[in-house]
Amino acid sequence: MSALLEVEGLNVHLPVDGSLRRVLHDVSFTLEAGKALGLVGESGSGKSMTVRTIARLLPQGAKVDGHIRFDGTDVFDLRSEALRRYRSGDVSMIFQDPRSHTNPVRRIGDFLTEAMRINGKVPAREASRRAIDLLAEVGIHDGERRMRQYPHELSGGLLQRVMIAASVAVRPRLILADEPTTALDVTTQAEVMGILGRLQREYGMAMLFITHDLELAAASCDETIVLYAGGIVERQQSKRLHDDPLHPYTAALVQARPDIDHTTGRLPAIPGNPTSAYEAPDGCAFAPRCRFAQDRCRQAFPPLLTIDGIGASRCLRTDELRGTLLAGATTEEVTQ
Amino acid sequence: MSVHAAPPAALGAGSPRHNNKRLAVNVLKLVAARLAGLLGTLFVASIVIFGALYLAPGSPLTFLTHGRSMSPEAIAQLEQQYHLDEPVPLQYLRWLGGVLHGDFGTSILFHESVGSLLGSHGPITLVLVVLSAILVIAFGLAVGVFAGLRPGVASSSIMAAATAVMAVPAFVAAVVLTLVFAVVLGWFPVFGTGNGGLDTVYHLILPAIALSLASVAFVGRLAQAAIRQEMKADHVQTAISRGLPYRFVIRRHVLRNAAMPVLTVAGLTIAGLIAGSVVVEQVFQLNGLGSLLVTSVQQKDFPVVQGICLVYVAAFIVLNTLIDLAYSVLDPRVPASGRKQ
Repeated sequence: MSALLEVEGLNVHLPVDGSLRRVLHDVSFTLEAGKALGLVGESGSGKSMTVRTIARLLPQGAKVDGHIRFDGTDVFDLRSEALRRYRSGDVSMIFQDPRSHTNPVRRIGDFLTEAMRINGKVPAREASRRAIDLLAEVGIHDGERRMRQYPHELSGGLLQRVMIAASVAVRPRLILADEPTTALDVTTQAEVMGILGRLQREYGMAMLFITHDLELAAASCDETIVLYAGGIVERQQSKRLHDDPLHPYTAALVQARPDIDHTTGRLPAIPGNPTSAYEAPDGCAFAPRCRFAQDRCRQAFPPLLTIDGIGASRCLRTDELRGTLLAGATTEEVTQ
Repeated sequence: MSVHAAPPAALGAGSPRHNNKRLAVNVLKLVAARLAGLLGTLFVASIVIFGALYLAPGSPLTFLTHGRSMSPEAIAQLEQQYHLDEPVPLQYLRWLGGVLHGDFGTSILFHESVGSLLGSHGPITLVLVVLSAILVIAFGLAVGVFAGLRPGVASSSIMAAATAVMAVPAFVAAVVLTLVFAVVLGWFPVFGTGNGGLDTVYHLILPAIALSLASVAFVGRLAQAAIRQEMKADHVQTAISRGLPYRFVIRRHVLRNAAMPVLTVAGLTIAGLIAGSVVVEQVFQLNGLGSLLVTSVQQKDFPVVQGICLVYVAAFIVLNTLIDLAYSVLDPRVPASGRKQ
């Protein structure tokens, strides 16, 4: 069976001050129907850009190379009506900040039903009934009252549930969740993730889940992709990522997190600053900050090496370093 | 703003009927508050205008004596007749007392009650300002929506032209328009108000264009900026990502939201046209309130100046109240009882 979503050799450049800047560098991955895939990375690593490119929401003047195939159709070949159908029925986006992503002067009911009424030609009364059912699905039980309220009358957590309800309303085959819980507090975050995960499994939707939280990705996704400077550095089963990282960057991320079972004086930090794709040096983008870097790492952009049955890593030394990445990284060593 | 900042009433809102009732009560409160404010403002304005007239050089006597030298007795008699011999505060109080009884006084110049003068000169100014307001709304929005939705060479040129036009004062526009369209092309009359009805409207077209030109440009630029900004808004991106038709997104999310700032400023601009009409009426020799005001100020015809100024101030405040009301209807985040929260 071919994958629902295939991203192949995706390179994206955005115009900034008259010149094109690289934001995505050779991004390739596939996502099977019904599976959840996490995209993890720092700010500026290209997570949002990847998702926006898939939804064809890039700003004007963006230069895109490579292919994105949804169910076998190249997304960049879609024009007007076909593109609208793709956006309205196949993929659905959940945004990070529900407050700014809902029209402040339209009622919640309008927000929930407009796609059904306009795209699906569902009669208003029927659309309202379905919207109220959907609100119940996301744990909002006074739906009838909420439908008449405006976004500013709802808390962030409630509004994000409304956003999720609106996204699943059209029963899309792929949910693009762009940091859906980042703007929420921790307890609300857990609730919202629970709802999103449940709906994703119940409806059998595939999900591309963006977060900068490695744990959250591991908890809610089958597989996780780690992005650095606009490129994929590692792809693995979420549950293995933590214990057996393939790439030095992932290993450093894993080590930089506090562990609930151990007391640590000072968490090991990754030396240097995160790099944007357009500032990345030739060769491996992570090389300047990598304690395992060798001369050959700086020569050419390394390929994404597939490791059979495990995943993929964009590190030339994957094979020799595997299993040793987490060992012996004390603070001193890392910050040298 | 979080939900906690919303008034409890908003959270406890029950049926739509309940909401409508609340809106009606808030609207009544707003109107009552504005009415009180209007009276206060009119009172202060009348003192300021009276004081200014008193301090400025000249006296109505010059007009009353027709410039002839008269005997001191005759002058004293005139002064007594028009109460010009009384102390200034008393003159003011006498006028104020009359106003409270519905009597705005009698013109020294025309020997006619101020009320009937306002009635005979008002309509011309009203038609002029309404025509201009229509031009501002129609053309300002047309230009702004076009430039906002279709970026490109045409839009940039229109916006550059609008910036230039905004800098042209009404009296310059009036002279240029007269020269081009009335004198050279002969499409419109040079001055005057015509014979009433449609002929008057025809006579007022050129003055209305002169009066509204800068405001059309201003509202156009503003609408363009508001639309561009709204096009970039996150919630518009949401609508696009849901595959909604472009025209629907534009109408329902872009234009609807951009209308709010545009409405406020367009309203204030239209209120400003009232003041601008004075100049335009002079240039086109229209016999409206503006011309009457200029004559009255020159001759120190105090009751008339007061009457006209109060009409202007009242019109300005009423327009402002209407804008606030419209705003609270357009933006659910704004309570009807005031613009701030």
